[in-house]
Amino acid sequence: MSVLTRLDTKGSPYLYILPFFVLFGAFGLFPLIYTGYVSFNDWNLLDAGAHHWVGLANYRELLHDPYFWNALGNTLSIWLLSTVPQLLAALWIAHLLNHRLRARTGLRMGVLLPNITSIVAVTIVFTQMFGRDFGMINWLLGLVGAGPVDWQADTWSSHLAISTIVAWRWTGYNALIYLASMQATPHDLYEAAELDGASSTQQFWRITVPSLRPTIIFTAVISTIGGLQIMAEPLLFAGTSTPTGGSDRQFQTAALFMYEQGFREFRFGYASAIAWALCLVIAIFAIANFLLTRRIATDEG
Amino acid sequence: MTTLASPPSERTETAPAHPARRRSFGYPRRASVWTYAALLAVVAGSVFPLYWSFVVSSQTSEAVAQVPPVLVPGGHLFDNIARVFASTDFARALLNSFIVSGSVTVSVVFFSTLAGFAFAKLRFRGRKALLVLAVATSMVPQQLGIIPLYLLMAKLGWTDHLAAVIVPGLVTAFGVFFMTQYLGTAVREELLEAGRIDGCSTFGLYWHVVLPVARPAAAVLGLFTFMQAWNDFFWPLVVLQNNATVQVALSSLASGYTTDYTLTLTGTLLATLPILVIFMVLGRQIVGGIMQGAIKG
Repeated sequence: MSVLTRLDTKGSPYLYILPFFVLFGAFGLFPLIYTGYVSFNDWNLLDAGAHHWVGLANYRELLHDPYFWNALGNTLSIWLLSTVPQLLAALWIAHLLNHRLRARTGLRMGVLLPNITSIVAVTIVFTQMFGRDFGMINWLLGLVGAGPVDWQADTWSSHLAISTIVAWRWTGYNALIYLASMQATPHDLYEAAELDGASSTQQFWRITVPSLRPTIIFTAVISTIGGLQIMAEPLLFAGTSTPTGGSDRQFQTAALFMYEQGFREFRFGYASAIAWALCLVIAIFAIANFLLTRRIATDEG
Repeated sequence: MTTLASPPSERTETAPAHPARRRSFGYPRRASVWTYAALLAVVAGSVFPLYWSFVVSSQTSEAVAQVPPVLVPGGHLFDNIARVFASTDFARALLNSFIVSGSVTVSVVFFSTLAGFAFAKLRFRGRKALLVLAVATSMVPQQLGIIPLYLLMAKLGWTDHLAAVIVPGLVTAFGVFFMTQYLGTAVREELLEAGRIDGCSTFGLYWHVVLPVARPAAAVLGLFTFMQAWNDFFWPLVVLQNNATVQVALSSLASGYTTDYTLTLTGTLLATLPILVIFMVLGRQIVGGIMQGAIKG
């Protein structure tokens, strides 16, 4: 019996964490690593899964592929346009929510609502609102005397529209994360500042923002990892099911380019090379972002 | 305020004689009319696109192609819903989504609680390293492994089967981390020791002690998992071409060459409705879960 008990206490913990590691290993980690192997092959699905080793050929092609660089540029542009205003707005909304409020829960739920709806639903609604002829947004622009914009047609306008969709969905979520962090800031800091005659704005920049430093870094890095993988929004914003991101690829992102090469052209090897390249870009940007936000937040403190 | 650091007499000396500021003394500050106005504007902006999809889905197609746009609901909602179900296999897609989200939710909650119990409360060699590994995996961009995952599913013969979407979703690193954090503080050591003395096996402890304690966190994790599975798009799009979930069905509804927006936005409304109902009923827990996860994350 004591042998059994010992076995139970020593061995069973591994049994409990096993399902996670087995399933995650098989369907999460293995595919990611195997992507590396596939990327060194000419691997075409239409060819009954036939493949042969081509070494770095896919990567060489990628470096000279203008469509890839175009997609990468679009990704960075959309990411910047959505992330920076989004996090600033989130900070401001969190500051507003950090008052003594009536209907606190209702207001927080209202702010979070965009985030619980699906990307597909959100993008479809916004695509309609950004419509050229009968869209709500062009109508509003008309009211203030601006001409209608063909949102899908140009680079800047399509990037702006897609960034709006992304930012609309994530601002409230980030605001709640900031709010949680604000509420963990000791109250006496503010009371001491109040006694010293610091204005509300001064308190915000001198106390609130520096104390949010770890949270700001967290949201910036998470937004980067998510933002650089954007794919569903530009796919659906085109209004058709073609994954080129507009007639001139003006809003095709890198992840969408990967999807096009993999599941429309069936070039699995090439698409895998794109995946690894994108992974590398995401890693570089996440680290750069981490270092940068850490510096900025320190300077303000 | 009871937490006032200094006597009032001193305060009147240092603080400028500004009535507005004196009234706002204390923390958190009382909200002014402007705070409410700004927040209501933000909420209106959040709600509007969804309200708009409701307006469009209750109008005829002709009514929507108007300038200025119609801003109030019409009486055609049920006609449009009928059209959605007639023009695509939307009922099947809804059922598929319920099956996928339901099974993924039950599984994630069960396995996360099990692993969380082991990580938080049991002592074993390599515990720290394995936990770090589990957490680190949540930062890996899963989307990028999608091609080999597809090859794997093709090999297993699972393309167009719901298993292709369910099985990879059965565990999440987030769930394990979330439960480890929660159970670490929520389960008291004395309870476990008492259970051991009564002759409970470790699985008995999990079943009789940990699971009941874990219930509130399990509810939050279950909510998040369900919503995420319901809203998932990219992977189902790739692997379920002819056996769509609701998001995939919705995207094909929207991707005609001339989009029927009334039809599409009615589909959007139908696809969002289950999530909206959950949000209306359990919004407080969802908000709390996000804010709680944020402090610990």
